[in-house]
Amino acid sequence: MVPEAEFQSYYGRPVLKPPVWKEPYGPAYLYLGGLSGVSSVMAVMAEFTGHDRLARTARVAAAIGAAAGAGLLVAELGRPARFLNMLRVFKPTSPMSMGSWILAAQGALSGVAASTELTGILPAVGDAAVLATGLTGPLTATYTAVLLADTAVPAWHEAYRELPFLFAGSALASAGAVGMLATPRAQAGPARVVAVMGAVVESVAGVVMERRLGLVGEPYRLGKAGGRMRAARVLTAGGGLLASIAGRSRTLTALSGLALTAGALCTRFGVLEAGRTSTADPKYTIVPQRQRQAV
Amino acid sequence: MAERMGFFTDTSVCIGCKACQVACKEWNLLPDDGFVFEANSYDNTGALGANTWRHVAFIEQSRPVPVDDSADDGVERWLMSSDVCKHCTHAACLDVCPTGALFRTEFGTVVIQEDICNGCGYCVSACPYGVIERREDDGRAWKCTMCYDRQRGGLEPACAKACPTDSIQFGPLDELRERAEERVERLHADGQAEARLYGESPDDGVGGAGAFFLLLDEPEVYGLPPDPVVTTRDLPAMWRWAGAAALSVAGAVAVAFASSRKGARR
Amino acid sequence: MAECHPVGFQWVVEAKARGAKVFHVDPRFTRTSALADRHLPIRAGSDIVLLGALINHVLANELDFREYVLAYTNAAVIVSADFRDTEDLDGLFSGFDPETGSYDPRSWAYEGMDEETPSARAPGAQTPGEHLEGGRHHAAAAGADTYGSGGAAAHPTPATDPTLSHPRCVYQILRRHFARYTPELVEQLCGISRAAFAELAEAITANSGRERTTAWVYSVGWTQHTVGAQYIRTASILQLLLGNMGRPGGGIMALRGHASIQGSTDIPTLFSLLPGYLSMPHAHRHEGLDDYLAREGGDVGFWGHRRAYLVSLLKAWWGDAATEENDFCFDHLPRLTGDHGHYTTVMGQIDGTVKGYFVAGENPAVGSSGGRAQRLGLANLDWLVVRDLTLVETATFWKDGPELETGEMRTEDIATEVFFLPAASHVEKEGTFTNTQRLLQWREKALDPPGDCRSDLWFYYHLGKLVRRRLTDDEIDRPLRELTWDYPEEGAHRDPSASAVLREINGVGPDGRALSAYTQLKPDGSTRCGCWIYCGVYADEVNQAARRRPGREQSPVAPEWGWAWPANRRILYNRASADPEGRPWSERKAYVWWDAERGRWTGQDVPDFEPNKPPDYVPPEGARAEDALAGTDPFIMQSDGKGWLYVPTGLADGPLPAHYEPHESPVGNPLYAQQANPARKVYPRPESPYNPPESPRFPYVLTTYRLTEHHTAGGMSRPLAYLAELQPELFCEVSPQLAAEVGLDNGGWATIVTSRTVIEARVLVTGRVRPLRIQGRVIHQIGLPYHWGWGGGGLVTGDVANDLLPLVLDPNVYIQESKAVTCDVRPGRRPRGQAMLDLLEVYRHG
Ligand SMILES: Nc1nc2c(c(=O)[nH]1)N[C@H]1C(S)=C(S)[C@@H](COP(=O)(O)OP(=O)(O)OC[C@H]3O[C@@H](n4cnc5c(=O)[nH]c(N)nc54)[C@H](O)[C@@H]3O)O[C@H]1N2
Ligand SMILES: Nc1nc2c(c(=O)[nH]1)N[C@H]1C(S)=C(S)[C@@H](COP(=O)(O)OP(=O)(O)OC[C@H]3O[C@@H](n4cnc5c(=O)[nH]c(N)nc54)[C@H](O)[C@@H]3O)O[C@H]1N2
Ligand code: SF4
Ligand code: SF4
Ligand code: SF4
Ligand code: SF4
Ligand code: SF4
Ligand SMILES: [Mo]
Repeated sequence: MVPEAEFQSYYGRPVLKPPVWKEPYGPAYLYLGGLSGVSSVMAVMAEFTGHDRLARTARVAAAIGAAAGAGLLVAELGRPARFLNMLRVFKPTSPMSMGSWILAAQGALSGVAASTELTGILPAVGDAAVLATGLTGPLTATYTAVLLADTAVPAWHEAYRELPFLFAGSALASAGAVGMLATPRAQAGPARVVAVMGAVVESVAGVVMERRLGLVGEPYRLGKAGGRMRAARVLTAGGGLLASIAGRSRTLTALSGLALTAGALCTRFGVLEAGRTSTADPKYTIVPQRQRQAV
Repeated sequence: MAERMGFFTDTSVCIGCKACQVACKEWNLLPDDGFVFEANSYDNTGALGANTWRHVAFIEQSRPVPVDDSADDGVERWLMSSDVCKHCTHAACLDVCPTGALFRTEFGTVVIQEDICNGCGYCVSACPYGVIERREDDGRAWKCTMCYDRQRGGLEPACAKACPTDSIQFGPLDELRERAEERVERLHADGQAEARLYGESPDDGVGGAGAFFLLLDEPEVYGLPPDPVVTTRDLPAMWRWAGAAALSVAGAVAVAFASSRKGARR
Repeated sequence: MAECHPVGFQWVVEAKARGAKVFHVDPRFTRTSALADRHLPIRAGSDIVLLGALINHVLANELDFREYVLAYTNAAVIVSADFRDTEDLDGLFSGFDPETGSYDPRSWAYEGMDEETPSARAPGAQTPGEHLEGGRHHAAAAGADTYGSGGAAAHPTPATDPTLSHPRCVYQILRRHFARYTPELVEQLCGISRAAFAELAEAITANSGRERTTAWVYSVGWTQHTVGAQYIRTASILQLLLGNMGRPGGGIMALRGHASIQGSTDIPTLFSLLPGYLSMPHAHRHEGLDDYLAREGGDVGFWGHRRAYLVSLLKAWWGDAATEENDFCFDHLPRLTGDHGHYTTVMGQIDGTVKGYFVAGENPAVGSSGGRAQRLGLANLDWLVVRDLTLVETATFWKDGPELETGEMRTEDIATEVFFLPAASHVEKEGTFTNTQRLLQWREKALDPPGDCRSDLWFYYHLGKLVRRRLTDDEIDRPLRELTWDYPEEGAHRDPSASAVLREINGVGPDGRALSAYTQLKPDGSTRCGCWIYCGVYADEVNQAARRRPGREQSPVAPEWGWAWPANRRILYNRASADPEGRPWSERKAYVWWDAERGRWTGQDVPDFEPNKPPDYVPPEGARAEDALAGTDPFIMQSDGKGWLYVPTGLADGPLPAHYEPHESPVGNPLYAQQANPARKVYPRPESPYNPPESPRFPYVLTTYRLTEHHTAGGMSRPLAYLAELQPELFCEVSPQLAAEVGLDNGGWATIVTSRTVIEARVLVTGRVRPLRIQGRVIHQIGLPYHWGWGGGGLVTGDVANDLLPLVLDPNVYIQESKAVTCDVRPGRRPRGQAMLDLLEVYRHG
């Protein structure tokens, strides 16, 4: 435990405004982005390695993830009608602007890839699109970490090193899980491995992050966010473990896939909540800044 | 671009009359914040927000006075300070706005174009001072415009105009910085060692605030962050870490397929 | 001042920036204290002790500005041998009649004055009306209130002792009187430490004299007491002793209240006054014009021209009908028969003797003391007219007042016919405001009033026209019939021209042209003037009040910004800024001086002196009016030209201030057997029960006040969201110690009880209110702003603080004691309905 910090504040009021992103939209969007991004990469690899069924699943998952994610993003806006204003500008200093472009590309490409796959029309175009998502996919899975980190929210900003890995791991696990669940077990092998690796990365990144953050890591441990993060850890670790031993067991695969999905969702909900908590208590704003000044 | 204009808010002469707060609401036709007795000294509006672009903080600093000690005439302070958007040199809100709704004006101020803002709320979390806020009913983000409309009409901002004691001073930022230095020196000479400027230094985390303050205590006492940093300062590093993570994703998937090919054969 | 006069307070901030030291004396630490160099927490109602001790400090250490005191004050005057001080009579001055509770001021006179009778008095000497009648009618009709622009009449050339050693000279009387006002007493009664007192005493004396001046600023924290007028008197004595009157940076500044409340005493809404501080004729004292003039005011000084002022006023009102033969229609004026003040009128309503009531721009159901009595009165009227911007509680009490909740009133029993007439606000009409500095400032109309809203000028003018249409040839209607009532009408609503009214107030000469100074007014009916002190505001047919030349383009006095009465003088009695020879007391403080070469007074301001009267002028035998004042008499409205340290006549409660406890006080008066002001005005009636003094049932001091965020009874601030959100609820301020003692939680509720009623308020626990050690025990004070009411179109509502307050008044000006009463406080919300009445019964009867 970090010892109780001595600090002054204005009637204990927060210095910062809480993030406006609401549950379930925000965290679900983060989850879907991760799912879509890694699914795309899986689709590419599956294509190369001839895992046809898996490729099909991955293409569809990538497309659905991106489309649903974009839907949530729009729903999250204060004025959804003005969504297109996002694409008025291309602004490198704004991860949301970059993210919009990434998501737009990912959405379009994965959409094309999935529809050619399902309809069988213009397969070459679909293959090209899948190849392209090999680029946009990983970005879609990880840019969201920058999206959160590039704020004044202490628990997010200070975590900008680990968050991308946490999200990457979580995305791997999510996509792996969907791949496992929606592909005949015989073809799902790579998905299981992806899932296991994701679980490992997610767990390690989470632990490292909380350790390094010190006081600002506290919101990830306490209260509602702490509960979610702990749940995420158990689910992810358990899911990962199950995935590694599931083999062709239907039950174990299902359990593992669900656990990993739930874990990934818990991580996203936990991270969002931790961010909120870290803005609600002025301690997380004031104490680190003071300490920074002291050195 | 015209001269950069700014605010110097000298809290040592603020009388907490809230004329600035009311004038701002009148000029900008802002909604009320609800009618809640907060029991925090004379502050019942709490903080800056979508509907309060000037906010006067009240800090009572009194130590319990032993009544029996008749020689004690008490050292009490009642600090009052009118807070506002800092119009940062490096404005995180502006940096992160994905629509370009936030822009820098010819006066060097940071203003939201209400017709372009799509309410994404990114600026809300980006502002290191907790200034900007989304209004729930219309879904847009709002904050002080430094009375862009008035300035364009050659008028000083409504809050500064209304301030009876010149606690809020409006003018070219360079001049204000000079004036502020003099004022601090004067207060120090008068024995007010605790007087300090906040946000005036171009070397600080936001490259200097366009609205800076003379405070009589630590910033956090007034609800201000002690060492705010524009969040985008770390953006390149963030992208690097995210890039590494992206590569890892690609790598991990590749490894997975590579390894499981063997598995598939088995 | 920062709280209630924030715009004016900028000049205090400015003075501070130039090195001025600011002390703030207030029971609570307020926004003013926050900017002051030193805050002195004081027990509400004890300021005379503090000020008296400062006087004692000055006198005992001979720190007075002796040259000034000798030349310009009545310090050397010898007082009648009949005079007995409070020191002799244990808290009473001579002349007190316990039967009527009033003073006969004859024994307070200067020596020799009482020997004269009106028939056989020397020219230039006069006996004031109140002396003749033993003060009977004077006090009973707020006579003291009529001296708003000068003092009462006194012997102009009394016997003096310039060595100040005669035991009966004013200086020696003061020394004896204030000798017991010591720093120890200040500590005992005010709760101000000796060290803090010493700092204050040192600061004001070091900052007074030739080179420097000190100013005192007060408002209703000093006036709303049963000894309110004497608070100001105490400050006057101090300022005169220190030579701070009539000089730049000196004076005693009364910060006035409502916009143009100064205007409404100059051209009064007060029952006892006619425009320009001419007293309202009294039915039993003033049979005719000559009789009135003989009794009201002295013949020396500028009041010596009061015939010119009054005749010009009568001519303005009755025009050609006013002639020499008919006393210029003096008999058309209404007459007083006694006290027609606000609270007595309310009693008349309750008793059924007052049938109808106009309430314009006031909300007595919330703003006046004893809210319940107010509402009982309103409920017993035949008709009530309320003119306001919003539907204030005074107009709605019959359907939603607190007495309905307790069952004390039922709507169906209230027969009052209420007319609510919407009024135009200040931005919807033109006219002048007269501010605290006596500065008239003309305002244009910004926009038309909405709907049926009309200006008050419109209302009274057209009401007058309607009434006049119904007049008969009967003699009783003559005063109204002959009234000049013919202003040019403007615009769609036929608004009477406000500038025409201002011009009428300014007055015209025989040629019909606007007069330029009150010195032009004639007693023969050839001039007309609606208010002599305002004469000159329309000089040269120009609205001088509309002048707006920026300060930076003119001298520091800025004479061309608006127009100040009288004669555009910015500092009254400024002759005192020069020494008796007419030279500035110091270069630093040069303001007005005698230019011997040009043979006239000159300086930065308009000299408040006859411009050509040299400093060495000595009045000839038998001179009248200003001619009877010497070249060294700066206080030209006084009948002896002197600043009065001792007031031989005019006040209802004594020639000197003495500390009396508030009517309701938790402590005894250690100075005298007399606990409270013996002449205070009380209403011993069931509607106005009092808390007994030193009652353990009501152990706390309650003081009421304003917040910057609201205005008075709230009719103008509670309906405005931007103000209401800033202070949304009635709250009481209590110290952490009291909160702990009683069990009050910050943000929780408190119930406050007096003999009048029980109210509830939210709790603000704050170190800004602190317990004081008074006479060895801890006294807690509770602060309560008074802006809330149950309705009034308010976005925020709350209990009425004034319902707690007693009906007890200062005897001079009839202001209620709302700054210092006693109460009890309990945690939690108040009971409702009958339960509340039951609780009250317990408190009333112990
Ligand atoms: N914002 C605002 N401004 C106003 C008004 C308003 O309602 N709101 N009202 C206007 C009007 S009508 C008026 S009359 C003026 C009044 O102006 P002020 O007189 O300044 O108003 P108050 O707040 O009633 O009282 C002033 C102070 O007197 C203190 N006090 C109480 N008892 C005592 C005492 O015994 N001794 C001393 N020394 N101090 C005491 C109170 O704690 C309070 O802080 O303000 C005018 N200006
Ligand atoms: N407990 C306590 N009681 C007090 C005091 C205190 O300090 N403590 N202070 C006292 C003092 S100093 C004062 S002045 C009184 C004030 O008490 P009130 O005069 O009773 O209260 P206000 O709210 O000022 O009422 C003025 C009304 O005039 C209306 N109005 C404004 N402009 C116009 C206009 O042009 N025409 C018309 N017809 N109406 C208009 C407003 O809407 C408002 O309702 O309160 C007194 N009562
Ligand atoms: S203070 Fe916040 S809202 Fe204002 S310019 Fe800086 S970052 Fe933007
Ligand atoms: S809420 Fe509006 S102003 Fe703020 S970042 Fe989004 S689009 Fe820009
Ligand atoms: S500059 Fe204008 S918008 Fe900003 S706080 Fe002042 S009045 Fe409000
Ligand atoms: S207007 Fe000026 S003095 Fe009043 S609260 Fe605002 S900053 Fe302070
Ligand atoms: S409300 Fe009007 S009179 Fe009162 S301080 Fe403000 S400007 Fe002055
Ligand atoms: Mo007032």
